[in-house]
Amino acid sequence: MISPLDILASDLLRYPLIIAVLIGLTAPVVGTYLVQKRLSLLGDGLGHVALTGVAVGWLVGAWLTASPADLLAIPGALAASVIGALLIEYVREVSHTSRDVALAILFYGGIAGGVVIIQLAGGTSQNLMGYLFGSLSTVTAPDTVISLVLAVLVLAIGVGLSGLLAAVTADEEFARASGLPVRVVNVLIAVMAALTVTLSMRIVGALMVSALMIIPVAAAQHLVVGFTRTMRTAMVIAVVCSLGGLLITVYVDLPPGGVIVLLTVAAYILGLLFRALRPARPISALGGPGPGRARALPLAARATPHD
Amino acid sequence: MSGDTAPDLGTDPADGATRAGDLEPASEVAPVIEVTAASVSRGGQRVLHDVDLRIVPGELVALLGANGSGKSTLLRAAVGILPLETGSARLFGAPVQRSLAHDRLGYVPQDSTEAGSIPATAQETVASGLLGARSWWPSRRDPRVLKALEQVGMSDLAGRPITRMSGGQRRRVMIARALVRSPELLVLDEPFSGVDLPTQDLISQLFRELSAAGTSILVVLHETGPLTGDIHRAVVLDHGHVVHNGPVEDRPHLHPGHGHPEDAAPIDQCLGQEMNPL
Repeated sequence: MISPLDILASDLLRYPLIIAVLIGLTAPVVGTYLVQKRLSLLGDGLGHVALTGVAVGWLVGAWLTASPADLLAIPGALAASVIGALLIEYVREVSHTSRDVALAILFYGGIAGGVVIIQLAGGTSQNLMGYLFGSLSTVTAPDTVISLVLAVLVLAIGVGLSGLLAAVTADEEFARASGLPVRVVNVLIAVMAALTVTLSMRIVGALMVSALMIIPVAAAQHLVVGFTRTMRTAMVIAVVCSLGGLLITVYVDLPPGGVIVLLTVAAYILGLLFRALRPARPISALGGPGPGRARALPLAARATPHD
Repeated sequence: MSGDTAPDLGTDPADGATRAGDLEPASEVAPVIEVTAASVSRGGQRVLHDVDLRIVPGELVALLGANGSGKSTLLRAAVGILPLETGSARLFGAPVQRSLAHDRLGYVPQDSTEAGSIPATAQETVASGLLGARSWWPSRRDPRVLKALEQVGMSDLAGRPITRMSGGQRRRVMIARALVRSPELLVLDEPFSGVDLPTQDLISQLFRELSAAGTSILVVLHETGPLTGDIHRAVVLDHGHVVHNGPVEDRPHLHPGHGHPEDAAPIDQCLGQEMNPL
C-alpha cells in the first residue's frame, strides 16, 4: 500500500500532483469565460490542434535527434494551440464561417494532422495515446516547470483582470461603447485557453481537457449565483476532482484523465440534486443587501411592483 | 445631405425649461456627438446613407423611425460600436474609434444582450459600468454601485442574477450600469422596450432629472411615450435617411397606432412635402 509520504517522495507521483492542482486552479478560470462567451467547445478544438503540435514537436525532435524523442512535444503543443486559438478568434471576428463550423474544422484538422505528422516523424498513432488520454508516466520535471509558468500566466490574467474579462464576455456591445479593449480581451481569453490545454493534456489528455474547463463551471452554477462566486466555486470543485482523481489512480490502475472527468461529472450531478432539493429562498438571501439595508429613495419609492 | 443643421438649445437646458420649440441653431457650442456624412453597411447592404447627427451638451434628442429605419445602427455608429463605411464620428470632439472620451459616456444597449451563460448579479453588472479605458479594476463593493441601483429603485435586488429578473427590472439594471460612471452623455437604445407603463414613467422621470442636471441624452425610441414633452429635438430616420430633424411635435407619422399624435401625417405623405430644415 502506497502511503501519502511515498506519493510526495516519488517524482513519478509528485509532479503529476503539482500539475493536477495547477489544472484545477486554471481550467475553470478559463472555462468560466468560455461558458460566458458560449464557446464551451473551444478547449476541445484546441486539444485536437495541440495534438498536431505534439506531432510537429516530435518531428522536429527527430530531425534534431533530440533525446527523449518527445522532448519538444509540449512546446510544439503550446505553439500549435496558441496559433489555433488566434485563428479561431480571427475566424470568429471577420469570417462568415459560423463558430461551430470553424470549431469542427479545428477538431478534424487537428487530429488528422497529428496522426499524419507523427507517422512522418517515424512514430505511430500509439505514441499519441498518452497525450490523447493523459498519463502519469509521461510527466517530467521540465513539464512541471512549463506547467507552473503557464498556470501563473493564466491565473495572473484570468483572475487579475477578471472584472474586465467578465464585462467583455458578458456584453461585447456595452464593452465597445465603454472604450474597453474588446479585441485584446478576446485574444487574451483564446490564448489563455490554449495555455490551459497545453498545461492539462499531460494528465487529463487532449480529448478530455475541455471537460475540466466546462463541467466544474456547470456544477458551480447549480450551487451559487453570480459570476465571481461561480468562478471561485468551480476552482474548488476542479482542484478537488483533479487531486481526488489522481490519487484514485495511484491505488487503482485506471487512466487519470477519465477518472478526473468522471469525478467532475459526479460533482455536476450532485449540484443538480442539491439545486433540486434546496428549498426556495427569499430574494434577500441571494446575496443582496436585503430589505433592512435598502435605503428609501425617491425613485425606489416609485418603483413598480409589477415590472 | 440630411440633417446637417444641428439645432441647438435656445436657452440653457440645465434649467429644464428648454423645449423643442425653443431650439435654434448655434454652431459655437462643442458637440458631444458629431456624426458627419456617415454611411454604414451591414451584411453587404447599406443601411445608413450619408447621415449627419449632432448633439450639443445638455440636449435630450430622440432618434425615431420605423423598424429597420437605421436608428440603432446610427446610435451604434455614433458611439464607435459599428465602423463607418464613409464619413466620420466624433465623441466629445475626438475621433470615436480612438477616443478616451468613452469614459464620459453611459450606454444602454437595446436588448438583454448583457446576459451571458453565467448570469451576473445586478451588483456585478452595475460594477462593470465602472470599467473604462483607464480603469480595469472595478469593485462591486464600490459605493457608487449601490447608489446607481438606488437611483433606479433596484437596490433591494442587488444580489439577484439578472436572468431571474423581469424585462423591466433588467432594463433598470442596465440603466444603472450606465449611470454608475456619472456620464456626461447617456445613450440609450429603446429603453422602454418591453417595459410596462409605470416603469416607463419611472425611467422618464429619471431622464428628466438627469437632463435638468445637464446630462446630454440621445435615446432611440419607437414611440415618444411619457418623454414626449421633454424631448428637445427629434431626429427621424426612414430607410437610412434623416427625414426630420427638429421639434418633436412636427415629426412625420411613421407608425399608425403606435401612440403618435393622431393628426400626424403618414411618412409617405410627408416624404412628398417640404419638411423642416434637415
